[in-house]
Amino acid sequence: MSSPQHTNTPAQKHSSTRTLQHTTALQRGNEERFVTEKIHVSTTINGEAVEFLCDARQSLLELLRDGLSLTGCKEGCNNGNCGACTVMMNHLPVNSCCVLAVEAEDAEIETVEGIAAQGQLHPVQQCFLQGAALQCGICTPGFIVTVKALLEQNPHPTEQEIRFALAGNLCRCTGYDKIIRSVQAAAEILQEAKS
Amino acid sequence: MSNVIVQPSSTRPRKYNVIGTRPVRHDGVDKVTGKAIYAADLSLPNMAQGAYLRSPHAHARIISIDTSQAEAMPGVLAVATSADLPDPWDKTEELGEGCINYAHLSGNVLARKKALYRGHAVAAVAATDIHTAQQAARQIKVEYEVLPAVTWVLDAMEEDAPLLHDNLFTQTLGEKPTKPSNIGQHIHFEQGDIEQGFAEADVVIEREYRTETVHQGYIEPHASVALWNEDGRLKIWTATQGSFTVRQQLAELLKIPVSKITVVPCEIGGGFGGKIAVYEPPVAAVLSRKCGRPVKLAMRRDEVFEGTGPTPGSFMRVKMGATKEGRLTAAKAWLAYDAGAFPGGMIGPGSMCVFSCYDIPNATVDGYDVVLNKPKTQAYRAPGATQAALATETVIDEIAVELGIDPVDFRLQNAAKEGTRRVDGPTYPRIGLVETLQALKESEHWNSPLEGPNRGRGVACGFWFNAGLKSSAAANVNDDGTVTLVEGSPDIGGTRTSLAMQLAETLGIAAEEVHPQVVDTDSVGYTDVTGGSRVTFSTGLAAHKAALDIQDQMIKRAAELWECQPDDIQVDAGTYGYNDHKQTFKELAVELSSTGEAIVGRAAVNPQGSTNAFSANIVDVEVDPETGKVKILRFTTAQDAGKAIHPSYVEGQMQGGSVQGIGWALNEEYFYDDRGAMKNASFLDYRMPTSYDVPMIETIIVEVPNPDHPFGVRGVGEVSIVPPPAAITNAIHQATGLRMHHLPISPPRLHQAIAERNGQ
Ligand code: FES
Ligand code: FES
Repeated sequence: MSSPQHTNTPAQKHSSTRTLQHTTALQRGNEERFVTEKIHVSTTINGEAVEFLCDARQSLLELLRDGLSLTGCKEGCNNGNCGACTVMMNHLPVNSCCVLAVEAEDAEIETVEGIAAQGQLHPVQQCFLQGAALQCGICTPGFIVTVKALLEQNPHPTEQEIRFALAGNLCRCTGYDKIIRSVQAAAEILQEAKS
Repeated sequence: MSNVIVQPSSTRPRKYNVIGTRPVRHDGVDKVTGKAIYAADLSLPNMAQGAYLRSPHAHARIISIDTSQAEAMPGVLAVATSADLPDPWDKTEELGEGCINYAHLSGNVLARKKALYRGHAVAAVAATDIHTAQQAARQIKVEYEVLPAVTWVLDAMEEDAPLLHDNLFTQTLGEKPTKPSNIGQHIHFEQGDIEQGFAEADVVIEREYRTETVHQGYIEPHASVALWNEDGRLKIWTATQGSFTVRQQLAELLKIPVSKITVVPCEIGGGFGGKIAVYEPPVAAVLSRKCGRPVKLAMRRDEVFEGTGPTPGSFMRVKMGATKEGRLTAAKAWLAYDAGAFPGGMIGPGSMCVFSCYDIPNATVDGYDVVLNKPKTQAYRAPGATQAALATETVIDEIAVELGIDPVDFRLQNAAKEGTRRVDGPTYPRIGLVETLQALKESEHWNSPLEGPNRGRGVACGFWFNAGLKSSAAANVNDDGTVTLVEGSPDIGGTRTSLAMQLAETLGIAAEEVHPQVVDTDSVGYTDVTGGSRVTFSTGLAAHKAALDIQDQMIKRAAELWECQPDDIQVDAGTYGYNDHKQTFKELAVELSSTGEAIVGRAAVNPQGSTNAFSANIVDVEVDPETGKVKILRFTTAQDAGKAIHPSYVEGQMQGGSVQGIGWALNEEYFYDDRGAMKNASFLDYRMPTSYDVPMIETIIVEVPNPDHPFGVRGVGEVSIVPPPAAITNAIHQATGLRMHHLPISPPRLHQAIAERNGQ
């Protein structure tokens, strides 16, 4: 099978080598080494200017959830393997557990909380509901963000392209069938809205 | 032709207004917008964060635990070890999907005297933040005497195996053992004359199987917030399949009355049987009592793999015989399942399920529950049945091939039906296995050819009991004519809606006019776990009865209003009528709300009726002979749902279970090193199926109504996981000519088998 053309691949969710080294060190249990002096960060989250103080060792996921009470992104693994923590960073989906909070400096972050606009669900959210694409729902925010990113980059994905783009998001409940169909339905609606 | 509903001609389907439709689930918007609150999302004022210390050894005596250094760290608020838990009772209780012994549970929650598996919780810390808690946990000094470990079930059964418990004596109907061993229980069932049965057979096949340990794999790690107040009241917000069973377990483990405990079930991020027994709630509770603050204790993913679940690895030997006409005459099974570190695994249901799809006049089953140095096993979707079905369904396939009979026809010929006696005793009521196999046989998938090299098609079927158990519900009629449904079944997969729909159908209103709420243990009557595929069946029955209670009250009140006798009032599809009076439920409810007391329906049920479920699969695979990788080309699952209340969520259960079964068949396993350490405790290395690994899962919902439920519901949650590993194994045989006997059939395992067969 030829490789899909768009850039939203699971592999690219790991944002940088610096991040990877950081998590490896964390996993070795060496976080005592990290300086605990607070660092000031200015960023944009869901269109609003936000400032926060964080530790160098804190991940963006931890900061969003525990620091800013944006608990829509979930922690399934904390090491880049499940996609439950997916957020958009500068218009690309990232696993926020593998991004340092300090990397949010000057970045544009979009979380699942920012996807419905003014009381209106996004078509991807609407299609997930209509297509019964969730059971327990813990994976859903990560999927919604990843799918929205996919359809922005590739408005007409084939089934295989959808499956490839979502391969970094684990769902244990649905078997993916209804998720894929809901993505196809959302692609159609978005297309109709455009034309 | 991918999702169909089949109503066999032998049944007469009823017409419904709400049931069978596909409304948007009531909690849906919260879940697609990130607003739904899961346990780990919760934050209380002044909340502390907890972290565990776990055993690095698979088997070790705990000589001493020194917590002083950890306690001295700034920010540390409390440290807990098993010394903080009261001495447990030696008492066993049924919790809906298996039994729990409280002495074992207490020892599993925090190790006493010995650590019995790597990852066994030894101590926990509460601190002002998570990083301090984790650092402090590492400062707890534990002195261990490392003991030899055993992680393979047959090794653990040997006379000279390292002994986990010196007070474990095999429970058996035979002679009581005088020496302790790792065998917790020996189960034996028999019917007919096994010797005679095999003598009558023209074909006899006997095979041995091995399956590796797998995990339920829910994406949400276990998490709880506990607040044990100075007035002695304990409140727990947690991720659980059963809030009342958590309350019960906490009362027993902490030795406080249930009336002092409130359990709030948060949204739950998957369970599959693995979130019934408690792990962190009592530990968070003890930490909270010690530090006087709410404490959150959430696991990391590696802790989930090493310290919770999994479901048993197994060794099985199955022998079956049939006449050349294709009639099964005898069957014999010998099953040994991992129990994990404490006795009481899944061998009970495994032994009862092994031949449950068939009418077999002569059979024996021996099952062994074996403790070894792995986490205490827990239920995983139809617990024990999937392993057993692998053995039976692949032997059945081999016999069918040997006899030259179509594998679906062979199963149909021997399928269990109403009146068939199961080997473990019960006689089947009306069940739908024959109809399910028939639907499979008539499916487009079965009737379309599979062509191409290295490809094969397999079939298999599976059984699950399904449970009834206790459920309660209350329903309040609001003054706008809508109804609030109050219930206690944690909603893992859309059950708020399947319950609301049954209430709505009964009252003649729309699903959207019901507002279902899952509430805490103070706010609704006792309700058993979300497990055993029971919620839509049993809590659904409670919702139906609460609706009937409302209807009775509405009739009485309408009779007062219209000055007639209650018996004079006709109720038809939600319309109440007498003479010229004719009002919908809604109109009447609005009127009644201004003319008297509120209308509140209630019901508590404990149905005993059978709801047995059957599932059958067709799977097409393609094997890459170079790598041993198996690709699933096409997959169809047929299942008797009795009646599908919300077909989309029934399909979802069928599809989700199928893909879990595919993972179990092809990839998922715990890798242990020779010291009993799990080497792949992450989602990267414990390889669950991704969207890229599977095709669409085609479903056939078969509806053979359950006579013991007003709408015919059978449970649908579990049975779908049972047939896939066997069906895939049979398909791989057709593709390669190889009979595989070891799950998972991972690329290295299949590659090796192909190489050996080719003489390399
Ligand atoms: S929590 Fe970030 S990928 Fe799993
Ligand atoms: S809906 Fe439960 S993990 Fe996806």
